[in-house]
Amino acid sequence: MKTSRISAVTAVQLLIVAGFLGTWEGLGRAGLVSSLFFPAPSVILGTLLDLFRSGELVVHLGATMSRMAGGFLAGSALGIMIGLPMGWSPRLQGLLDPFVAALHPVPKISLLPLVMIVLGIGEAPNLVIIALASFFPMLISSLAGVHQISPLYCEVAKNYGATPLRMFHRVILPGSLPLIFAGIRLALNSALVVTISVELVAAETGLGSMIWTAWETLRIEALYATVFLTALLGLSFSLILNSLSRWAIPWQVRS
Amino acid sequence: MRYLEAMISIECRNISKIFRSPRGDTEALRSVNFTAADNEFLCIVGSSGSGKTTLLKILARVLEPTSGEVVVHSLNGQQPRNALVFQEHGLFPWMTVLDNVSFGLEMQGVRRKERAEAAHCFIRKVGLEGFSRSYPFELSVGMRQRVALARAFVSNAQILLMDEPFGSLDAQTRLLLQEELLALWTQERKLVIFVTHDMDEAILLADRILVMSGSPGTILEQIPVDLQRPRDPTSEWAESVGLKKEIWTLLEQDVRRRLYRSRP
Repeated sequence: MKTSRISAVTAVQLLIVAGFLGTWEGLGRAGLVSSLFFPAPSVILGTLLDLFRSGELVVHLGATMSRMAGGFLAGSALGIMIGLPMGWSPRLQGLLDPFVAALHPVPKISLLPLVMIVLGIGEAPNLVIIALASFFPMLISSLAGVHQISPLYCEVAKNYGATPLRMFHRVILPGSLPLIFAGIRLALNSALVVTISVELVAAETGLGSMIWTAWETLRIEALYATVFLTALLGLSFSLILNSLSRWAIPWQVRS
Repeated sequence: MRYLEAMISIECRNISKIFRSPRGDTEALRSVNFTAADNEFLCIVGSSGSGKTTLLKILARVLEPTSGEVVVHSLNGQQPRNALVFQEHGLFPWMTVLDNVSFGLEMQGVRRKERAEAAHCFIRKVGLEGFSRSYPFELSVGMRQRVALARAFVSNAQILLMDEPFGSLDAQTRLLLQEELLALWTQERKLVIFVTHDMDEAILLADRILVMSGSPGTILEQIPVDLQRPRDPTSEWAESVGLKKEIWTLLEQDVRRRLYRSRP
């Protein structure tokens, strides 16, 4: 029953994609939309395959992925390490809250020039900006993760004589895991957005720089192909996270 | 004092609790005094809001009293452990039945293999064999409460503190679990302090009943229950009717006062 319902949803989703791409393709072939600005999906797919075969795309994709992984891992690890204690200690939260409130809304990409001035041009400022973009969603989610743990569980643990370390390991960490995962999702998206942005402005490699080069040389199909690949990257992160969270949080009730 | 000869005893000396908040202070408990010892089954009966839960949390040392003290005494000089059982079972959703039941032992630093053995023994006793790898969300409310009982009993606690553990169960399941609790208590001989608002439940379970009234919570009366065990919950005894009347006479005024005050 359950599997058939899921596959029904998947079927509708595929139908929507097929309908959209089919209409686009049809309009292009009929000459109703300009093939210069809206190259047909089949042409874009061909370009994508060409870029893959030439090895160009693989290099850029690798650059984007490693850049993003570096920044994301550093930023989100730091976010968890500060967010969990903040959620636990009202005093620490009171101390840090105004700083988070002030720094979180600043578009991280706008800090790039400043960081470049301090660290010099190169890969370091890019990584710092991506880390910053992953840091805040992760911090806020893990903080909220601790907050939503029912005080009942802490009382039980305390009653059974849990030391602070065991309380953290057996109650705080697993209890906030569902929201930590929500945070990973947000941070990963945010990291992808900022990685591409950073590459648009300040990198020689990566999907962002590919997009920019394609724009400068007016290779519209390559432009589409790269944007499409970025979307695909986001989708695959989401799918991987879904199965990862099913594995890590087997006790979460799913509707 | 006979309590001086007891193996273990827990004594409330003049416990008061005031919850302070910017919107005004609430006096939850005022000069509560009582003692319970050895393998006594003590029930605390009162209407909702009479401070029963607060009192239990103070006994469990989860809450600090505003004044007064809880003195736990043990003949062998070791500080006896206590275990709390909550109305909503308080099982950790992220732990399997086995991990939940052995949690107390884990906190005491007992090795994994030993605590699994002890836990399995009690999982069997509460009839949940085959469920040790299940998560709480996969169990019925009654099964969860059984896990909570097993967790409390396995933890080597000499004093069990129970806060309406069967409050959210249907009447039939409750009968069954009351019976299981009494069986466990008879086997393990622990001191139980059991909070409930259900007079029948108190009469069925208790050796002695403390009747509480609220705002602020005080103990009105201590009533010994001298009914023979095992007690059959499905049959009526003449003595239990008398006891119920006695408790109700004490509680009625308090319940009426709350009923009318809480109307908008």
